[in-house]
Amino acid sequence: MHSHAVPRQVQSKLKATDISNPEYFHKVVDCQYACPAHTPVPEYIRLIAQGRYSDAYMINWESNVFPGVLGRTCDRPCEPACRRGRVEEEPVAICRLKRVAADYKDDVRARMPEIPSKKNGKKIALIGAGPASLTVARDLMPLGYEIDLYDENARAGGFMRSQIPSFRLPEKVLEEECNYILDMGVTRHFEYRVDSLKSLLEKDYDAVFVGSGAPRGRDIDIPGRQECDANIHIGIDWLASVAFEHIDSIGKKVVVLGGGNTAMDCCRTARRLGGEEVTISVRSTFDDMKASPWEKEDAMREGIPFECDTVPVEFLHKDGKLTGVKLERVESVYDDQGKRSLKNTGETFIVECDDVICALGQMGAFPWIERDIGIQFNKWDMAEVDRTTFQSSNERVFFGGDAAWGPTNIITAVAHGHQAAISIDLFCHEKLLVDERPAPGTRLRSTKMGIHEWSYDSEVTSDLRFAVPHLDNNVALADRKAEVELGFDEQLAYKEAERCLNCDVQTVFVESKCIECDACMDICPTDCINFTDNDEEIDLREKLIVPAREKTQDLYVSEDLKTGRIMAKDENVCLHCGLCAERCPTGAWDMQKYMYSVTKAGRAGEAA
Amino acid sequence: MSYVKPSFRHPDLPHNRIGLTEASYEGAISTLCAGCGHDSISAAIVRACWELDLPPHRVAKLSGIGCSSKSPTYFLNQAHGFNTVHGRMPSVATGANVANRDLVYFGVSGDGDSASIGMGQFAHVVRRNLNMVYVIENNGCYGLTKGQESATQDRGSKTRKGSANPFASIDLVGVALQLGATFVGRSFSGDKNQLVPLIKAAIKHKGFALLDVVSPCVTFNNHEGSTKSYDYTRDHIETGVIMDFVPMKDEIRTSYEPGETVEVTLHDGSAIHLHKADSSYDATDRQAAINAVQSHKEDGKLLTGLIYIDPDSEDFHEMMGTSDTPLNQLSKRELSPTAETLARINQSFC
Repeated sequence: MHSHAVPRQVQSKLKATDISNPEYFHKVVDCQYACPAHTPVPEYIRLIAQGRYSDAYMINWESNVFPGVLGRTCDRPCEPACRRGRVEEEPVAICRLKRVAADYKDDVRARMPEIPSKKNGKKIALIGAGPASLTVARDLMPLGYEIDLYDENARAGGFMRSQIPSFRLPEKVLEEECNYILDMGVTRHFEYRVDSLKSLLEKDYDAVFVGSGAPRGRDIDIPGRQECDANIHIGIDWLASVAFEHIDSIGKKVVVLGGGNTAMDCCRTARRLGGEEVTISVRSTFDDMKASPWEKEDAMREGIPFECDTVPVEFLHKDGKLTGVKLERVESVYDDQGKRSLKNTGETFIVECDDVICALGQMGAFPWIERDIGIQFNKWDMAEVDRTTFQSSNERVFFGGDAAWGPTNIITAVAHGHQAAISIDLFCHEKLLVDERPAPGTRLRSTKMGIHEWSYDSEVTSDLRFAVPHLDNNVALADRKAEVELGFDEQLAYKEAERCLNCDVQTVFVESKCIECDACMDICPTDCINFTDNDEEIDLREKLIVPAREKTQDLYVSEDLKTGRIMAKDENVCLHCGLCAERCPTGAWDMQKYMYSVTKAGRAGEAA
Repeated sequence: MSYVKPSFRHPDLPHNRIGLTEASYEGAISTLCAGCGHDSISAAIVRACWELDLPPHRVAKLSGIGCSSKSPTYFLNQAHGFNTVHGRMPSVATGANVANRDLVYFGVSGDGDSASIGMGQFAHVVRRNLNMVYVIENNGCYGLTKGQESATQDRGSKTRKGSANPFASIDLVGVALQLGATFVGRSFSGDKNQLVPLIKAAIKHKGFALLDVVSPCVTFNNHEGSTKSYDYTRDHIETGVIMDFVPMKDEIRTSYEPGETVEVTLHDGSAIHLHKADSSYDATDRQAAINAVQSHKEDGKLLTGLIYIDPDSEDFHEMMGTSDTPLNQLSKRELSPTAETLARINQSFC
């Protein structure tokens, strides 16, 4: 048998971009696209630059519910996505600008949504008073729902309260933002542990939302674990105990096991409770550590050494007391898929210590959910939850936050809450959760004010990222509650806000007006715009003035022009400076502001 | 309106052999009308100089008066520059070139600056075969004074108000050929694929290189009825030869059918490859070039590309037998005769 040559797949020329697809321009706004809650970042940054802090706050609040909290603690998926980071060294300090909106806003209570006194007759139970449940409450209360909020603690906040130390998140900030929601008239069942979902479902609730988090920290099982139990702590439990002031001291020498953000919080908290020599042991390389780069930096700034590429093999003890941890050096080995495995080297060494804190991740745990109430569980002991609707296999039970798919972060929990609220609202009105899910709201509107004038500040500043001022180390380490980051002052905030490239102001091209004079191509500072013959995408990308090799960034391609060429724009490093539109003699280019707003429960996405 | 271009450039901009990106060849942001052909020509000059690895500070840009003559501000910020009196750029260029033959001289002029007030100067700089590139940004009108038709405007071409031009036009390409120009090219601001190699060849040509570039005036001469609009030019353009410029250092790779490509070697070893679009065209035959320009004109077509080149061109310095060292580098010792030399000279009269 001779082998058949596989026919080369005939690929056609690239089709003109459909800018009416809501996702096209959404994707150009890198920060907003990367944000799980799709907060319209450039819009609120412009408001901050204008000193309209309350307006900036409310845009945030609508979208991410906890601007003050997130402005201090967010994992900031927006920042690595920020275009500025591809144009120069560092992204815009989006997260810290969010904090500016929260810090300098006026009293916004009057701007909170009105809560109807006449209820809609639907009653919902929310389990756990963390960010996911609070978001569901925020979205459903204004629609007339009655809401019962259950939590085993005395106050709302969940993970935000128990596991984020107050030197990062002052309690009053959290309190304020939880209260905006609780004050809507949520019925609190605090210090109440739900120990049977079955019995809850037997009450008159129309739906139940499980937002109970992933509260169990992972333990470690190596020799000496039992014997040293008194000095081995589970990271998140220990942080919670510190927050609740059950613990106020720790040994002079501390080893923290783990390399995530919780490990960073643990080691820095330990430094504040008497830990003089705090060491981190992490099995990955420094670069592969799960902690965010800035959290690593903050820990290093406080003099905490990292023992990377090590795993604990034994807890050493004398007379029933922990004396040290034996660590073994490992090597990270990567296979073809880039998957990491650890190779033991046999080389061990001992780090003396008085206490060990295990920050090795968390596990979901649902002992209180009966397995015979129609909720399917998977092999990780987590409920099967639909990725779009957040509904479980019991149609009345919805999940969100860490309870859905394991530990993530606050902003993801908020995004889950919004989507779950939409589903619950649809469900309570007997609508289809997927087919009748409202589309996101979009609006594209010209910013043209005059011949060469735009309603946004199109000038691109060359300033590098401004650092947020920090509290003096001596003061910070002496007081566990003193907030370390001081936040931008108004001047710094303005300058940092001006670094935003306004990626939501889109370059919109109209073929029929183009006379192919090349003016836009000639002026474009970053050589994004090309007039060229059409081709298959892979070839077209290569033949642009500067080849478009960042494949995650789209090409904006026009229909054929008069000469048979096309306009092809690489969105990758467009500065949104508007020069193409300013140098266009016919208005074929226009700078148009694109607002993309995620659907909210009870209403389709509204673009402001 | 933006007066400053953002400082950021594409992070992957390539570097040329002297380690510079195109950004090092840019000028100030243009204040010409949006869509002006002149800006495209500036961009083509930037690209050509970058591709030739010219050190920007070894270029002198000279111009007269007019929209075209403003444009040197918009390229090669690091170069020398002289914005001269209206139509008198050739005199200043001649003086500069005589003083320092080592720079690349780049003259930018317009149809008004060269074909009206500067016609006399233009004629003589061609005759002298001064080693320079002379770009005419030809839009057929006086853009700075509200668009009156200029001397290069074709007879019958209509103004914006609709009146037809009653006068015969001056074709500077034809004039230059008649006057003995050694390099003559014509192009269109909207066709960089043709314009950039032409500029590179013109820079490398030893002697006077004329580039007549149709450069539509979007404000006053881009309407229906004009023969210098974007649309009209695109519809009536014809190319005699398609040209590649091959720098000396590059390996010569020809991808054209043999027999169709003629190689012309320049004085520094670089080469021009001419791929004939029309097999009867010979760009080294002056008489044929004059005829071709004329016959295309009669057919209502605009002949573009490299129209004529004399590869054995002898420039002004060679004709004058000046020293190889630029005059501005000669010291008093070389310029002033010694006492003995003077005595010897005096002796010869005895």
